[in-house]
Amino acid sequence: MSDRTPVSPPTPTGAHGPELSKTGAPAADEHQRVERAAREAGGDSAAGRLLDSGAGRNLGLVAVMVLLGVVGAVTAGERFLSVPNLLTVLTQASIIGVITVGVTFVIIGGGIDLSVGKVMALSSVWATTVATQAYGPLVMVLCALLVGAGAGLVNGLLIAYGRIVPFIVTLAMLISAQGLAEQISGRRSQIVTDPTIAGIATTRLLGIPLLIYIFAVVVALGWVLLNRTTFGRRTFAIGGNSEAARLAGLNVRRHTAALYVLSGLCCGIAAIMIASLTTTGSSTHGTLYELDAIAAVIIGGTLLTGGRGTLIGSILGVLVFTTITNLFVLNNLATEVQNIAKGAIIVVAVLIQARARRADP
Amino acid sequence: MAPTDPHTRPHTEVDMPDTPLLSMRGIVKEFPGVRALDGVDLDVVEGEVHCLLGQNGAGKSTLIKVLAGAHRPDAGEVTFAGEVVSFASPQAADAAGIATIHQELDLVPGISVADNVMLGHEPARFGFTRDRAAEETTAALLRRLGHPEIRPRRELGRLSAAGQQVVSMARALARDARLIVMDEPSAVLDPEEVRNLFRVIRELTADGVAVVYISHRLEEIREIGDRVTVLKDGRTVARNLSARDTPTAEVITLMTGRSIEYVFPERTGGPPGDVVLDVEGLGRPGEFTDVSFSVREGEIVGLAGLVGSGRSEILETVYGARKAAAGTVRVEGKALRPGSVPAAVRAGLGLAPEERKSQALLLGEPVYRNVTLSAMSRFARSGFVREDAERDAARTETARLDVRPADVRRPARTLSGGNQQKVVLARWLLQGCKVLLLDEPTRGVDVGARSEIYALIRELAASGVAVVVVSSEVPEVLGLADRVLVVREGRVVHSAPADELDEGRVLDLVMEGAHV
Repeated sequence: MSDRTPVSPPTPTGAHGPELSKTGAPAADEHQRVERAAREAGGDSAAGRLLDSGAGRNLGLVAVMVLLGVVGAVTAGERFLSVPNLLTVLTQASIIGVITVGVTFVIIGGGIDLSVGKVMALSSVWATTVATQAYGPLVMVLCALLVGAGAGLVNGLLIAYGRIVPFIVTLAMLISAQGLAEQISGRRSQIVTDPTIAGIATTRLLGIPLLIYIFAVVVALGWVLLNRTTFGRRTFAIGGNSEAARLAGLNVRRHTAALYVLSGLCCGIAAIMIASLTTTGSSTHGTLYELDAIAAVIIGGTLLTGGRGTLIGSILGVLVFTTITNLFVLNNLATEVQNIAKGAIIVVAVLIQARARRADP
Repeated sequence: MAPTDPHTRPHTEVDMPDTPLLSMRGIVKEFPGVRALDGVDLDVVEGEVHCLLGQNGAGKSTLIKVLAGAHRPDAGEVTFAGEVVSFASPQAADAAGIATIHQELDLVPGISVADNVMLGHEPARFGFTRDRAAEETTAALLRRLGHPEIRPRRELGRLSAAGQQVVSMARALARDARLIVMDEPSAVLDPEEVRNLFRVIRELTADGVAVVYISHRLEEIREIGDRVTVLKDGRTVARNLSARDTPTAEVITLMTGRSIEYVFPERTGGPPGDVVLDVEGLGRPGEFTDVSFSVREGEIVGLAGLVGSGRSEILETVYGARKAAAGTVRVEGKALRPGSVPAAVRAGLGLAPEERKSQALLLGEPVYRNVTLSAMSRFARSGFVREDAERDAARTETARLDVRPADVRRPARTLSGGNQQKVVLARWLLQGCKVLLLDEPTRGVDVGARSEIYALIRELAASGVAVVVVSSEVPEVLGLADRVLVVREGRVVHSAPADELDEGRVLDLVMEGAHV
């Protein structure tokens, strides 16, 4: 599974030889330099190409998943490896997974979004008020999406046009979205009475919960958007070097704002999912989701400074964390230990990535 | 003080009173693709103001970085106070008694003036800083420098550029340095402050401190300097000239006389066509005022000026990367929206910025994505990028410019400076730009590849592109451009066809107040 654009087979280094002689007589040092550059690039070797591809860079995470699988099989056996349990893991991963898709875009684009958890809570509350529910499921979904995208737009405008640091803007959004959600709900959990919305979480297609399908569709759309469209390409360019992108004529501010709208939209989708799963809209939903999402993005190999990263890595990150939780629950271990383990995994993953990057030319 | 004999003939060395405090011999420093220093000699004696002269790129900054311990030389010997030294770090140079006041001030803006002056040498007792002592010392130093009004507790970032310069000086004094290197200290000062600076320098030298003074302003060097060493192309071309008596013409010849021949292609093509770019009354407060010029189809216009003269700012404002406060930019008669790069690019402008790596390239991305960055939407169908078409187009452009290696999937980082510059040019060729703005097009490009870039620029012009070139290297401007505008302190002070100017004349115009 490659998260990067597939590349046509590499040209052998030797191919430069005849070309140079064709183009006249370059200076001797030019020859040497070209060859040195070719050697340093290292991208021609099969190993280099593999390491540069998404699958290669996510190899570590795949290994961790396998390791967790083995640990699960040994300690919990059938209870872990059973299809129902694996579907449970995926269902649990689906909500944070959808949020992580949006956060991945923002981080690759050179930003950060701390507000996702509480924007989701606000969307869930707004979509489940008695007034909204009276309009039926379609309006509820629309409401959640609009509230999420709207909060993202406010973030984006303040960051891109107000030139305030993303950390501060989204932290402020986290706090005020929490407040607004509490005010609207009166700090009570609002019960979802609409059968269609409540039914999403209980619906299965071919034995697989609908939530997992939603998760899969969002990831697939996100992957295409990131890797196949001009939007995705510009996201990498702006995150990698926003000044170069600006001077190349890209509309950096508009694009930056759009990234936060996208992140907010993902929160809106997640809001419907969590409202359905818990049959409530509540201001307490999504607490610390921002940290889980950012952690997943980081261990997925995305640079926190932007410009480099993969969506598949982030999703693997989410799955690693969810699987750990599942293992701890199956083995009746305390959640405190579980958090210590998660923290350790983040540090180890980042250390390994730092090593790998230093090995880059 | 070194004696200045009025009968000293140019090119002869001034007698050295005693053994030098600092002696650098055959210093060589190489960077990938560039030999920044190629055998530099420098002698500085106690109590003198030794001036270092040379054009941009002559190696002055690299030399003082070697001296300050920021770079380690690849060859050569440095003797300081009678001992052969090799500074492994800036701290080592500092401990030996060499203080450097860099052009880009290396101060911490968020802490107080006193903390900056004492940074790394904070007076402390049992690990607790003694703020009172630090503030008193700082206040005394600032008084000595003639700036009692700067309060030691003030946050440094709130001071003016000149104020920060003074703090930087205070820091050097606080170290009891025996040698102080000043890199263009007067650039940010007004005349009154320069006089003050000179007073302090005289006090220091009277105490036996040696000063290495770098400036482009020849009149200053005449006033404060004792001896002059001239660098060119990384070599010492003259040492220990008398600062007061060497004729300006002599100094300029030394600075410009070429050892490396740049190959400029012949000017080809007929007379330039219609006006493509028309700039009128352009201005930005504090940067430049009332800049007007126009460029015709197929014409190359050069902007000559020193760093800080406003030349790069002018270029970036034309491009919309900075918002013009006054004036208009017209492309083929249509006014551009000020401060909008996308509008400029749509109108057919392209910029190859000064700092290629930080301002133009996505270093980790493959070459082809760098080439297609501006024209990306052309390779997309309803938002989906067709990478094959993209790669083919990039391949065509890079082949046309002979970018090596030819593999467009290689990360831009792995290319040499000259080839990276070609990638930037390829971007604008692909975009089909009508006006190409080039800021220091050969910076970081080695000598061999320079001629190639020159030929390329000429070729582009011949194909009808209007080109504006900014360069601090006068021969480059003269060799490339059809018409030259000289920029000094934010104003266009002269405009003439390139063949009516020579290097000495332009340098004279560029460097304020030097009279040949």
